[in-house]
Amino acid sequence: MTLSRTRRQSGVESGPAGLDVARLRREFPILRTRVHGRPLVYLDNAATSQKPRVVVEAEADFSLLENANVHRGVHTLSQRATAAYDRARDEVRSFLGASHASEIVFTPGTTAALNLVAQSYARPRLRTGDEILVTGMEHHSNIVPWQLVAQATGARIRVIPVTGSGELDLGSLSGLLTDRTRVVALSHVSNVLGTVNPVREIADRSHAAGAVVVVDGAQAVPHLRVDVEALGADFYAASAHKMFGPTGIGFLYGRAALLEAMPPWQGGGGMIQNVTFEETTFATIPARFEAGTPPIAQAIGLGAAVRWLGSLEWPMVEAHEADLLSYATERLADMPGVRLIGTASHKVSVVSFVVEHVHPHDVGTVLDLQGVAVRASHHCAQPLMRLFGVAGTVRASFAAYNTRAEVDALIQGLLEVRKVFA
Amino acid sequence: MPDASELYQNVILDHNRAPRNYRPMDGADREAEGYNPMCGDHLKVWLKLDGDRIADVSFQGSGCAISKASASLMTTAVKGKTRQEAQKVFESFHRMVTGQGGPADDLPAKLAVFAGVKEFPTRVKCATLSWHALKTALESAEPKK
Repeated sequence: MTLSRTRRQSGVESGPAGLDVARLRREFPILRTRVHGRPLVYLDNAATSQKPRVVVEAEADFSLLENANVHRGVHTLSQRATAAYDRARDEVRSFLGASHASEIVFTPGTTAALNLVAQSYARPRLRTGDEILVTGMEHHSNIVPWQLVAQATGARIRVIPVTGSGELDLGSLSGLLTDRTRVVALSHVSNVLGTVNPVREIADRSHAAGAVVVVDGAQAVPHLRVDVEALGADFYAASAHKMFGPTGIGFLYGRAALLEAMPPWQGGGGMIQNVTFEETTFATIPARFEAGTPPIAQAIGLGAAVRWLGSLEWPMVEAHEADLLSYATERLADMPGVRLIGTASHKVSVVSFVVEHVHPHDVGTVLDLQGVAVRASHHCAQPLMRLFGVAGTVRASFAAYNTRAEVDALIQGLLEVRKVFA
Repeated sequence: MPDASELYQNVILDHNRAPRNYRPMDGADREAEGYNPMCGDHLKVWLKLDGDRIADVSFQGSGCAISKASASLMTTAVKGKTRQEAQKVFESFHRMVTGQGGPADDLPAKLAVFAGVKEFPTRVKCATLSWHALKTALESAEPKK
């Protein structure tokens, strides 16, 4: 216990990779919270990351001092709000390496973004016998929207298998990509395994087969510097709240030519050019896909999160997260009765594991009592759980502000789990 | 501040390791499943009735220590009871784990080990999953043959 406390203090000073973690942590007041009388060790970043002060302040400042609706008024505040909202869109464009701000559609989150592609791009185009290719490691949000489209159109879902180490079995890709493949939907990074998928290679092969590539980037954006054009993604979806931004907003990147050819999915104010009772002409992209008043303060918070991410020393962040991953993997592998799920060669700082004879929920509860927050569940990826033959896993997901000392706290907590369930 | 041993009492750990009446039942009169889609806990409860009395009860399934031990202790608590008695025990148990009162007088003493669950609101569903399945089985109109 003393040992772990000493380590915790030294670990906060700076990461072994030179990142000033102590300074980083000061920007997140919540990291000083105590849970059950213990310092919070927040290792549930893949569910939602914490928010730095600048993000919350950007939202609050807008709401307290500048609030007005966008695209509606001639008055000064409305114009300011519109400018701030548009600026946030351009910040996301730049963050993703997209060419045009019109290629960024604000959505309530990744799920809504994927559903938009499914309903507006895929559903009108797909025919009986067409194929949608997904992977065996998808979150339910990148499975169910495609099933809905398949049911409505007669298309069928095919699945790229996952290997025992938690990588995509690319050997099977040639057989799975056919002249009927219309959509290939895959996660950039697995929310359970942390695996970074080779999107570029899959995109190239999918394009050669005539399919569009839809990427669920929710777990990639907090860890990787994403360039949608370099990845070859036709669509790329993510949520602000997993990348240090607010809840309630996310975005869809779509290549302009594809978005322009898509009909609206939801109708309402803000997405029209002209409305009569006989006919409506729709606004150009991206407004066509943003019916109703958008989450304006949240968009501004997202813009602040993007700026904050841009202010980080990325090579150091990447080295720090790689260190946390290798340290956590090493220490977990040393623990008897712990089995790691997901040992791909290219991963972000996410570790999933099961403890022999102890259900993940019980592990989660005992860890929580020691202040350690992890996720214990099927992680909305039940097909993947079946593949690994487990009901669920314990998942510790690290962000740039985590420390080696917090890995030690996790290990200490697992020793307590073993003691309780001895 | 709750502590792990408050929730994971020795009796609970024992029933988790070696659940009682953990078997499918041939020729059961009633059966019902309990499933919690949030966590994936899934179990099945079988009953043999002798008139209005629970002559035999068993379960099988997968879940956390709380749900497994609760199912196991439930089978030992309701065997031999009438439907009404079993229903009363469930109501009393439910009040205890949801913090609406301590272990009542009519609650079999061995079920009091779940009193700590009230400190863990997310685990109430684990503790009551098998009881809900039992209730469904008892209330199912058509005896299954």
